[in-house]
Amino acid sequence: MGSITLEHVNKSFGGHQVIPDASLEIEDGAFVVFVGPSGCGKSTLLRLIAGLEDTTSGIIRLDGEDVTQRGPAHRGLAMVFQSYALYPHMTVRQNIAFPLKMANTDKATTERKVDDAARVLNLTDYLDRKPRQLSGGQRQRVAIGRAIVRQPKAFLFDEPLSNLDAALRVNMRIEITELHQHLKTTMVYVTHDQVEAMTMADKIVVLNAGRIEQYGTPMELYRTPANKFVAGFIGSPRMNFLEGAHAEKYRAATIGVRPEHLRISRESGDWHGRVGVVEHLGSDTFLHVHMEGVGLQTVRTEGEKEFVPGDTVWLSPDPSRIYRFDQSGLALR
Amino acid sequence: MARAVSTRRKIFFTALAWIVALLLFFPILWTILTSFKTEQEAIASPPMIIPSWTLDNYFEVQARSDYFRHFLNSVWISVGSTLIALLFAIPAAWAMAFTPTPKTKDVLMWMLSTKMMPAVGVLVPMYLIFRDTGLLDTVWGLTMILTLINLPIVIWMLYTYFREIPVDILEAARMDGAILWKELVYVLVPMAVPGIASTLLLNIILAWNEAFWTINLTASKAAPLTAFISSFSSPQGLFWAKLSAASTLAIAPILVLGWLSQKQLVRGLTFGAVK
Repeated sequence: MGSITLEHVNKSFGGHQVIPDASLEIEDGAFVVFVGPSGCGKSTLLRLIAGLEDTTSGIIRLDGEDVTQRGPAHRGLAMVFQSYALYPHMTVRQNIAFPLKMANTDKATTERKVDDAARVLNLTDYLDRKPRQLSGGQRQRVAIGRAIVRQPKAFLFDEPLSNLDAALRVNMRIEITELHQHLKTTMVYVTHDQVEAMTMADKIVVLNAGRIEQYGTPMELYRTPANKFVAGFIGSPRMNFLEGAHAEKYRAATIGVRPEHLRISRESGDWHGRVGVVEHLGSDTFLHVHMEGVGLQTVRTEGEKEFVPGDTVWLSPDPSRIYRFDQSGLALR
Repeated sequence: MARAVSTRRKIFFTALAWIVALLLFFPILWTILTSFKTEQEAIASPPMIIPSWTLDNYFEVQARSDYFRHFLNSVWISVGSTLIALLFAIPAAWAMAFTPTPKTKDVLMWMLSTKMMPAVGVLVPMYLIFRDTGLLDTVWGLTMILTLINLPIVIWMLYTYFREIPVDILEAARMDGAILWKELVYVLVPMAVPGIASTLLLNIILAWNEAFWTINLTASKAAPLTAFISSFSSPQGLFWAKLSAASTLAIAPILVLGWLSQKQLVRGLTFGAVK
């Protein structure tokens, strides 16, 4: 079991309010990703759940039990840090066994659990090495091994992949997702990378300036963003926003169109523009089109479209995929 | 790009380093040489450089005053005060390094400021306290006072080393179920071993050489080697050769310790300076 509930959690550092009022229900077994720009309070929220920071007010429950006043050692959670935070003076084996040692687990059980974890994470050959003798990916695996070995109520991941190179990041992303499918334990994962959020999460929490902007499945957030911030943050490349006359036509203060929902043509369309930068990704092509009086709009087209900078083009939004927002940025349905 | 150091510059700095080292070592060398001279040779003018290599001074010094008793007192006091200081300083430095408050820097400065006060300013009250509590001329009393006077330096040094340890690792230990003492014993202390070792060595040296309190608060029973040396500067006059023999005997153990642990000491003292 590992449900996590936040009830009106507030956190201030000195006089500065980082989390004004957060309430959230994370179901047992869910993979929940906290995503948001730097400094939005996502790591703070995770550290509050971990018990590494004290709440200023509010209640945190694990499986319905109030743990707000409990220290991190007594919450039964495991955490994987961005910096791996391995114990440099211990071998891989000792690192993985450390939580079991703290729990006074007997030697035979410890050995069996460490061996099991090492096998799952492909670390068997490295058990007697020190962390400094491992690569970044192996270190991250040791950190995960240390987390899984004592079967915690939930795993907390604080930007665990940001120190890895791009290729390794994709591999580890898949490994963590597979681990979740295998263990079926609640996982709370913090990242600023919305691609990581979209690909890994059962549910995403979008945070902005300490506030929870929206909580839902990746596709809910993509299809029905609650406001302009979520609409702009979820989806890559980010959504195009148009104001003024273009928006008024749709009875909104701002309208949003995702790059993949814009059709591009040389002959005719709704909006006129000139091609600026063209990014060829092979499978996709991103075109940055200058629209007079509106600014730069991004278009995503499938395949290898042959446009060159300077081409005059027409853009037409898919009318069923236009997002409308009011003055305050809230979505109009 | 770093500029290559020319051979001429290398020679110059090597020579300078040797001169400085010899200047610093000269008094020690002179003391050792004098200890092997007769009293007449010791006060000869112009001074004699090569002694007649007599061991009489050493025999006389040992005959007059039991060297080994003083040596043992010095060991008890310096090692004891250092271990007790570490016991208090590790948690204190841990708290200040990993959970600093806006006042942490002030507390550190305040602790250091106690070292700026001349010790003689509190000699009379300390003497009276020691006399009334029966601590005068006891190893325990000296251990306690040396713990107290060196504690600020021990805390400062450990604080500096601890600040180099990433707080994530201690937080990971907490998440792994380590309560406070386990976090200190299993994670912080093993990681800070080089820093703790050099703090320990430096503090033993400081305590071993401490002369003000050890001379003023002892008579004979608890007198360490510092008091042993000073007993050779008597009202009847200075006996340079014997005084030098006593000094050589007193500094020899700490010189050997310093020599054996120089790698550790240098590493500790430059810790954090080079990444």
